[in-house]
Amino acid sequence: MAVDVRHASQAFLLEGQPLPVLDNVSLNVKPGEFVALLGPSGCGKSTLLRLLAGLDAPTGGTLTGDGAPIDAPDPSRVLVFQDPTLYPWRTVKANVALGLEARGILKREGHRVQQAIDLVGLTGFETAYPHQLSGGMSQRVALARALVNDPRLLLLDEPLGKLDSLTRLSMQAELVRLWQRSGLTAILVTHDVEEALILAQRVIIFSPRPARITAELIVDRPYPRHRDDPELVALRREALGLLGLAD
Amino acid sequence: MSGAVIAGGLGDAASTRPGPWFGGVVAGLAWLAAAAITSLAPDEIEVGRTQELAAFALLLGASLVVAGLAAPLLGQLGQRLRTLGPWLTVLGLALIGWELLTAKLAILPLPFFASPQGLLEVYLEDWPRLGESVLRSLWLLLTGYAIGAAAGFVAGVALGWSKAIGYWVHPVLRLVGPLPATAWLPIAFFAFPSSGSASTFLVALATWFPVTVLTWSGVAGVNRAYYDIARTLGASQTFLVLKVAIPAALPQVFVGLFMGLGASFSVLVVAEMLGVKAGLGWYLQWAQGWAAYGNMYAALLVMALMCSTLVTLLFKGRDRVLAWQKGTVRW
Repeated sequence: MAVDVRHASQAFLLEGQPLPVLDNVSLNVKPGEFVALLGPSGCGKSTLLRLLAGLDAPTGGTLTGDGAPIDAPDPSRVLVFQDPTLYPWRTVKANVALGLEARGILKREGHRVQQAIDLVGLTGFETAYPHQLSGGMSQRVALARALVNDPRLLLLDEPLGKLDSLTRLSMQAELVRLWQRSGLTAILVTHDVEEALILAQRVIIFSPRPARITAELIVDRPYPRHRDDPELVALRREALGLLGLAD
Repeated sequence: MSGAVIAGGLGDAASTRPGPWFGGVVAGLAWLAAAAITSLAPDEIEVGRTQELAAFALLLGASLVVAGLAAPLLGQLGQRLRTLGPWLTVLGLALIGWELLTAKLAILPLPFFASPQGLLEVYLEDWPRLGESVLRSLWLLLTGYAIGAAAGFVAGVALGWSKAIGYWVHPVLRLVGPLPATAWLPIAFFAFPSSGSASTFLVALATWFPVTVLTWSGVAGVNRAYYDIARTLGASQTFLVLKVAIPAALPQVFVGLFMGLGASFSVLVVAEMLGVKAGLGWYLQWAQGWAAYGNMYAALLVMALMCSTLVTLLFKGRDRVLAWQKGTVRW
């Protein structure tokens, strides 16, 4: 899905005072591209994702997906949160089936549920409840729940942020494989420089709140990428410098 | 942690204990002793049914001794009996103490303290009236509770979901809810055509308040992210209420149902004492009026068993519906 963000601004009311979180952000994402939004914690990147998902409306500017304005949530644009937020009363299978059930097409399209579970490597855990799963497995279920809807835009809000470092590494590799196989457009919010460079073709760097785009890095390296790739190391140094963290 | 952790049964330690069940033999001996004392020692006061009580204790004691010796042959049942040993022993000893204090030595004053055989006499002779009272009470309780719980659930969901409904219902709830349902007694018996319907109303009212408040707080406290997830996946408002808000609030709803059940018990007794001509509350009142304290204790015991059974059933239902929860309060 081609995504076009023009002069988007967003402000929240905090004790009666408007608190700007997004300031005149313009962004263009080509279909099939993997873009990472990198910036300090709490800078407003997640707000941009909520706007793209259609969960909130911007206070200024326009957002379009494939030319159509984004003004409400739609299953073609799905959001994966930092917390898996699985429904604890549903089994893995029922959690993944949520989107199809909500749209009333579970009977017709039910076979996609098993496909999505297989895709994220959770075959055999269909009847488990969320409290029986580890953090990494829960996040995989959340991914499957998003992918089962056949989205064209995958919005990832620090989906690996709460995982232990080993699980994180393997999930990063899996995300790349999933994206390559499906050909969907992906926008990832993260504050982990390395993660952005390993996953994305383009890294957009944001300023502290209110978020403004300060720079853009093109990561023109083949997948799968390696952390010790000298070009990635150089880009990492550059990104840290842009974030004001150079040593 | 990786992989699903599905808890099996308890450890194996408890399930592989061969040999006789000595706890059962001890309990059996306690009951045999109770039988001997009941049957052989002379009654100090005039009571009936002494020999029936002795026969009952003898039968139970003998069965326990046999079960204790034959435990390895009883399989599953034998295993489940083992944990009961200490309780059965203490109950047997308690019967001896009770028997000595009342019938045999007459230390406790009559008529306020009934003897064990006195209680047995009530059950054997007055069971038609007592049984009818139980059935009437159960019917009143179940209809009132069902109405109150259903109304409370609907009200709670509406309050938690709709701001407009909350605006109108919340003040009423705050004013009327904390009032003890029994305070409505005079109005209820005046406003309703029959004392039965008035009592049903009172039981329903007592149940309604806690169910409403807890359902409401359950629905209002649902993790906002659950709604975001469902909305991005294309859920309608109906779906959000029925498939997200209500299931997420169910643990709270059950707390409300539990508290409502407790409240309904107390209202039941009061309503029956004042307005109805049958039921356990009425039976208690009637027994007290005739100074038939044996009947009173007998009715109290039946009532305790009834209430406890109802709570157990509620918790069984909860365990079934909320099997996905872990680490909740046990009953």
